[in-house]
Amino acid sequence: MQAMELVEREQMREDIPHFRAGDTIKVHARIIEGDKERLQVFEGVVIKRTGGAMRSSFTVRKMSYGVGVERTFPTHSPMIDRIDVMTRGKVRRARTYYLRGLRGKAARIKEIRPEAGA
Amino acid sequence: MKKGIIGKKIGMTQLFAKDGKLIPVTVIQATPCAVVQKKVIDRDGYSAFQIGFEEIEERKVTKPLSGHFKKAGVAATRYLREFRLEGADDLEVGQSISVDIFAPGERVDIVGVSKGKGFSGGVKRHHFKGGGASHGSMHHRAPGSIGASSFPSRVFKGQRLPGHMGQDRVTTLGLEIVAVKKEQNLLLVKGAVPGAKNGLVIIRDSIKK
Repeated sequence: MQAMELVEREQMREDIPHFRAGDTIKVHARIIEGDKERLQVFEGVVIKRTGGAMRSSFTVRKMSYGVGVERTFPTHSPMIDRIDVMTRGKVRRARTYYLRGLRGKAARIKEIRPEAGA
Repeated sequence: MKKGIIGKKIGMTQLFAKDGKLIPVTVIQATPCAVVQKKVIDRDGYSAFQIGFEEIEERKVTKPLSGHFKKAGVAATRYLREFRLEGADDLEVGQSISVDIFAPGERVDIVGVSKGKGFSGGVKRHHFKGGGASHGSMHHRAPGSIGASSFPSRVFKGQRLPGHMGQDRVTTLGLEIVAVKKEQNLLLVKGAVPGAKNGLVIIRDSIKK
């Protein structure tokens, strides 16, 4: 199994911050158009994180002009420039699929604020 | 066949290509294999190279085999396989073959023994359609009619029926080598390879271009 780890560790990124389902994050994704490259920000709530090590991915959901949009990124993708964690959400499950059925006020997630002095 | 090596399937994972695309890869470990015997037309009736894989302790091999390894002057190995290589006349007994005979971008054929599926029905084994699941259907996964009536009064040979599936020798053609890691003796091949983890696989240059 050592060989497997070796292969996987090679391309894994160390600069990905810790986040989990329910958190609101900003993903700065690299978009290549022709020979030009620009950054596109995708901001939304993480609804799931899957897989382990090199094979892991996460899905972010946001509302765009009243339409729910979900985008899945491989966690260690070189097409991700950086990830900013905006808020930590208080959720009781690892897959926040229930958000799909909710909109507006009902789809809010309570924020966990870092304790003072911590 | 110009070159070949024996390896062990370690497992599958994913890697990113330069353009950010994910490519599925199978990791194969192929520790250096020594040539144990050279078969020649004059003596054996055909020409081939016998190659050993996975070194084991001397005491674990039978005495006749032990002598066979001693004659070649190589360490005892668990597996022996023959390769009918063309244009590899400079390869001598005792010489070792390692993963660096392959380079990234090359195409290879990989031979393995597929995972055993046991006694399987027609749907799994031959991709039969199967019957309706509900609405009173009483025909779910059964094979259905296997022939006509008074003529021919028998079932034709080769009729596809349930039976043992898997654990066959399977060759996957034209797989691309993604990376070669000489220090760890690893080959990374794009796509799936027949067999289970830790299964023996034979890697050789592709017969297709």
